[in-house]
Amino acid sequence: MMTNPTGRLTQGQFSFLPDLTDAEIGLQVEYGLGRGYAWSVEYTDDPHPRNTYWEMFGMPMFDLKDAAGVLLELRSCRQTFPDHYIRLVAFDSTRGIESVAMSFIVQRPRREPGFSLSREEGPGRTLRYTIRGHEGDKPEGERYRE
Amino acid sequence: MRHRVAMASPLYSLPGAPAPETAAPATVPAAAPPRTIGEVLAQSQAGAVIDELDAALVGLAPVKARIRDIAALLVVDRLRLAIGLEAQTPSLHMCFTGNPGTGKTTVAMRIAEILHRLGYVRKGHLVAVTRDDLVGQYIGHTAPKTKEVLKKAMGGVLFIDEAYYLYRPENERDYGQEAIEILLQVMENQRDDLVVILAGYRERMEAFFRSNPGMRSRIAHHIDFPDYEPGDLLRIASLMLEAQHYRLDDGARAAFEEYLARRIRQPHFANARSVRNALDRARLRQASRLFAEPDRAWTAADLTTITAADIRASRVFADPPPAG
Ligand SMILES: Nc1ncnc2c1ncn2[C@@H]1O[C@H](COP(=O)(O)OP(=O)(O)OP(=O)(O)O)[C@@H](O)[C@H]1O
Ligand SMILES: [Mg+2]
Repeated sequence: MMTNPTGRLTQGQFSFLPDLTDAEIGLQVEYGLGRGYAWSVEYTDDPHPRNTYWEMFGMPMFDLKDAAGVLLELRSCRQTFPDHYIRLVAFDSTRGIESVAMSFIVQRPRREPGFSLSREEGPGRTLRYTIRGHEGDKPEGERYRE
Repeated sequence: MRHRVAMASPLYSLPGAPAPETAAPATVPAAAPPRTIGEVLAQSQAGAVIDELDAALVGLAPVKARIRDIAALLVVDRLRLAIGLEAQTPSLHMCFTGNPGTGKTTVAMRIAEILHRLGYVRKGHLVAVTRDDLVGQYIGHTAPKTKEVLKKAMGGVLFIDEAYYLYRPENERDYGQEAIEILLQVMENQRDDLVVILAGYRERMEAFFRSNPGMRSRIAHHIDFPDYEPGDLLRIASLMLEAQHYRLDDGARAAFEEYLARRIRQPHFANARSVRNALDRARLRQASRLFAEPDRAWTAADLTTITAADIRASRVFADPPPAG
């Protein structure tokens, strides 16, 4: 059985769904704004599951009233990085929470070759597992190019 | 039951397989489309804001008339939309010209509210900025600054005070030009998301538009704010005092009229703002006057009344009386 037959990266919310349209992204952003979250745009071409911190595209956006502002920033990120993964991240600054409340992918490369799992046998019956992205060996900036 | 059915179908789509249909976002069942002006006004409650603007602002007759015209256009547009006629968003960017303190910022806030009620901006907030908020200090600083402001203003009204400072012809490498270009682009392409109001003195705005024809052509409504007549200023003073539970006695009223007559001729007269400042100082003097008699029991009338002496102590009366 294939564990992920589409080969799609599944991180954050909605990642098992078909890609959200911009209108649907807007609705999610509105929801977050309504709860007082600050949105930011992040991108990477190294989506390894242990790479928690993607690159920030500009500053987090505090004091926005409307999703159009976030979409403006998202469009400009897509233009700059057409082959990268892009995600939107909502930060909840409520005292005591102060962490990411929402996060979902809003752009993927056209081709997502996925990851391989390598097993290294150690002394006794130990096994060490390593996840390696199929694109990960290429230098930064050359990954996921057609 | 319905849950099971949903769980049974895969949540992903296989490459090459027909994409599963996404559910259209649920729409709130709309009220019956309006057929009369009255119905649009009632459904949107824009009428209430317009009436309030009429009542709360003294004078400004030409401004109020222009706002009514614009509101009428938008309301009729709503009616046309209801019977399926073209739905292109009208250009709503405006320019307010007038001297300081003539109520430009105040009116802009009301306009934001009216546009919001009529559904032309989604949120209805006002973001007021000047050159310093838009233009950076070094190369590469301006675009992020301008965009940051634009993002905050999305869904509402962006009010740019003294907009002509954006353009500095004496410095050909001024970063203001960059801010203007970003603004122009958003004003043209995102009319649904944002309304821009430029404000400033009449002559300088004119000069600004002469050197930036692109900006002029994107602004549909030019509204001129006249200076207030002394009578208007007096009524504005009464309104301001009323809101703070003060009153002028008869002597003070006469003194204030005289004060205004002198103050208008002096430099840096700022219409309603000068009135507000004068009243603030009169309140200070009233307080000092009461403070000087620590053992006296003051009545409510004493505490709320400003007398002629409180007004006449002003520096404005120190100069010789106006000639003529
Ligand atoms: N018609 C009016 N009736 C009552 N109050 C007024 C009126 N016009 C202005 N004011 C009051 O005067 C003060 C100054 O007005 P406002 O800030 O709107 O002026 P402005 O034209 O934006 O001035 P500037 O060009 O200096 O920014 C405010 O406190 C406002 O409430
Ligand atoms: Mg102002």
